[in-house]
This record gives sequence, C-alpha cells and structure tokens, in this order.
Amino acid sequence: MAYSDKVIDHYNNPRNVGSFPKELAGVGTGLVGAPECGDVMKLQIRVRDDGVIEDARFKTFGCGSAIASSSLATEWLKGKRIEEALEIKNTDIVNELKLPPVKIHCSVLAEDAIKAAIHDYQEKWAKSAATAARS
Amino acid sequence: MAIRFPIFMDYHSTTPVDPRALEAMLPYFTEKFGHAASRNHPFGWEAEKAVEQARAEVARLIGARDPKEIVFTSGGTESDNLALKGAAEMYREKGDHIITTVIEHRAVLDTAKRLERQGFKVTYVPVDKDGVVDPEAIRAAITDRTILISVMFANNEIGTTQPIAEIGKIAKGKGVLFHTDATQAVGKIPVDVEAMGVDLLTCSSHKIYGPKGIGALYIRRKNPRVRIAPLIDGGGHERGVRSGTVPVPLAVGFGKAAEICREVMPEESARLRALRDRLQDGILSSLDEVYLNGHPEKRLPHNLNLSFAYVEGESVLMGLNKEVAISSGSACTSATLEPSYVIAALGVGAELAHSSIRYGLGRFNTEEEVEYVKTRTIDIVNRLREMSPLYELAKEGVDIKSIQWKAQ
Repeated sequence: MAYSDKVIDHYNNPRNVGSFPKELAGVGTGLVGAPECGDVMKLQIRVRDDGVIEDARFKTFGCGSAIASSSLATEWLKGKRIEEALEIKNTDIVNELKLPPVKIHCSVLAEDAIKAAIHDYQEKWAKSAATAARS
Repeated sequence: MAIRFPIFMDYHSTTPVDPRALEAMLPYFTEKFGHAASRNHPFGWEAEKAVEQARAEVARLIGARDPKEIVFTSGGTESDNLALKGAAEMYREKGDHIITTVIEHRAVLDTAKRLERQGFKVTYVPVDKDGVVDPEAIRAAITDRTILISVMFANNEIGTTQPIAEIGKIAKGKGVLFHTDATQAVGKIPVDVEAMGVDLLTCSSHKIYGPKGIGALYIRRKNPRVRIAPLIDGGGHERGVRSGTVPVPLAVGFGKAAEICREVMPEESARLRALRDRLQDGILSSLDEVYLNGHPEKRLPHNLNLSFAYVEGESVLMGLNKEVAISSGSACTSATLEPSYVIAALGVGAELAHSSIRYGLGRFNTEEEVEYVKTRTIDIVNRLREMSPLYELAKEGVDIKSIQWKAQ
C-alpha cells in the first residue's frame, strides 16, 4: 500500500508520543480499540481550568495510518476548547492524511479516542466538583 | 560487500529468475519459437524436445519415476485446482468426502469450499500449536466415502513441514488418493513422491528461481494409476489433462531452475539455515516477548516467522519497506482485512497474528543483508514499543487480557 506523505511524516516523526499520569487533575484518558483487532489507541488531554486543552499525548498499537491518525489528533487538540475538540470528525482526519477507504477505521478510532478522553476528563471534573461542593 | 537496497527477504512470495534459467529460456522466445505439439516439422520437434527435457528435470527433482507423470499448468494455484476438482469429478462415483487441513494455501481451501457448495463433504483437520498435522487425525477422519486427502508439504507462512511420508502411508493403506501442495518445499528440501507415497503433487516455477506463469501437477501413473478430469478442454495437450499450448520458454526456464535447485540444494539449504538461525538468534537475544511461529525444527530452512508482542505487523513493515521487503500476517496487509488464518490456527491469539512478521531467505541473500535486517528490525520494534499503549500496560504489570476491550 502506498502511504501519503503526511502519513509517512507522522509515522517517522510522531507528535506528542507519551503519557500523563492518569490521576493528575485536568487529565482525561481515552483507551479505545482492541488488541485482537490490531488497533489500540491511548489518547490523553491535559485541560486548563478555563477549559482549554493545553497539551495532549498518545500511544498507539496499530498500523502506520493508526499511528498517524492519533498523532494528528494530538496536534489538533492542543489549544482547542473542549467544545471545539468535540467537533473534530474522523472525516477531517481522512481528508488531512488522505487515508484510503480501507484505513478509514483508523480515523474513526482516533475520533473515538478524542471523545473517550474528553468524556473521562468531564467525569473526573464533575466528580471533583461534587466533592468540592460537599466540603 | 556493499548492500544493495531494497533488500529482498520475501522469497516465499516469489523469487527472481536465476540468470542461468533465463539464459536457457531466451532462444525459445525467438529463433526456437515452435509449438511443442507441431508433430510434422523441425520447429515443433525442437520445441517438443525442450519441453520433454524440462519435464524430465521437474520429474527428477521430485523423485517421479516417469516424466509423463508431470503435467504443466499455469502455476501452483491451477495445479491445486486441477488436483482437487479433477479428482473430485473423476472419483465422484466412488465417494464424496475430501480431507484437508485448516492451514492450507487459499488455492486449496477455496477450491475445497467450492466443492462443498457442489455437494462434497470436506473435513478440515486442525494443527497443533506448532502448525503440525497429526497423521492419526487424518486417519481418524477417513471414511468409506473419502476419495482424496490434501495436506501441504510446507506452509508458506510459518514454514512448518508436515509428516508427508506418514500421511502417504495411511492414505495408501486406506486406498485414498493423496495430494500435497509442495509449492514451498520443492527445490528447497528433499521431496520424493515415491518414497513418500504421494499420488498428486503441486509445484510452481517462480518459487524455485524459474519464470512466473508455469507450474506442474504430478499425477501418479502406477500403483495406483491416478486419473484426473481436466479443468480446461481443448486440443488435448498434456495427455488430455490440461489443454492449451505449452509455453515453451517458460517450461524450459522451469526445467533449468529445477535442475539448478537439485544440484545446489544440500549446500544452499545449509547456507540459508545458518543465515536464518543467525537472524533468529540475533533478534531473540535482543528483544523480549518475541515468539516463533511454527515448529522450531520441522520447518523450511529459509523461513522465519516471528510475532513481536505489542507492535502491529504493518507498522513494522512500514518502518522497513523502503529498505527491506518482508511480509506480515497482520490484517492490514491482507486483501481480506483479516489477520492470518494460519497463525490464528496455532491458537496464539489474534493479537499475535497481527504482530507477525515473515522473513523468507533465498539464493541471493548475503550475511551483510541478514545483519542489516536484524539490526533494523530490533530498532523499529523498540521504537514502536515505546509508542505502544499495550507495551506500557504490560510494563506496568497489567494483564492485557484482563481489560474489557470494546472490539469495533
């Protein structure tokens, strides 16, 4: 399969590889996919108090397109507000990376990972807000 | 010696034509262009002589008693189709049951599936964790309706070789025909249809440094005399089993390639085994959680199939593919988007099938190339593990199987 230059670039120079401590306040973690399907993505965001994503990290088990999709997602997330981040669609990733039809599931997984990380962050935030309200 | 890139280490997929085979072929494209079935002039005689000489070389390579037992086809896929469909049609009155294995090449499996749709019954015998078929399981599957057993000689992915002589003995004892797809074995390891009790055998030219577009089916003529219904009707070439003009230059190349393989086999297989062991030992001593797919000893000397836990096969290939041609059992590299059914049949789990890489060494690989491929593989796997969430979880002591994954 021929890869687009952008996929190759993200594969060779992945952006924001790594992990934040999960328990850290403001960190949301999404872990999606399944090893038996050949794709697992872990995507993390670190959100400021004002709701802006100040940093993002990823680790991916998967093909080059999966690695590129998650790498690109972390790039796009940085500096976005939560509500803006939720607007990132898998089709945006497909277009940017010029993914062929057989690789569209990689972009779907990246969108799922973004949503899972935001969901985790929001749950954590709601929980800590509830705890704060009780004290 | 300087390495020339890209390095080809995918010799199970195909091989380059040996220059000696090419040289033998060339006159038959131009000045010696006759039709081997033209019985009445020198052009035909010349072509026929060349084809018969090639037939004799192929026969000799597989231990066939008589060159007439070799039928030229377009390749391994056609030979498999011809063996299964041809025997099924010819022996339909005798029975409707075929036995094969779960790790056969698709040319056998898909042919068997078609025969099932036509009313035949097929038993797919499983393999053990090393990919070996138990001959007793074959024996147990035989019924009074069984007409054919088809078991591959050596697997194209994991290189495991099967107990062909034992199965041949069982087949003979029960009066059932025995076909083996020996596409990966012929020319690489000793194959002897007489000693091994094989009735039908598939082989292919382009796997043994001959040209693409030609293969052969061995059809036993004595003890028992096997009859096969043709797939292609026409001029009655190849003793009526395979009509169509024999491509003389391809046959000549195939014959010459077979002759070379027979002559160099002892030396070549020892050399490739040493290179393969060096590649295997080098990788296994530098990386943890690498698993050998296939049998540690009963396998092709030039095959290495490894699963690198926590990294996906296509991403390994992507890191190498400008420099090294190898292949993977990952879903992402297959036309069907399914991970390798061969590796899945070993019961290692789908995730290790996704992580499998096949190295196929061959005649033109050098020590320097093996060293290079070894080093690059280790580098890339390390790099990909650093970005693998599964590796991170494993290092934290999390059992990956304990996580509730949501499969898409």
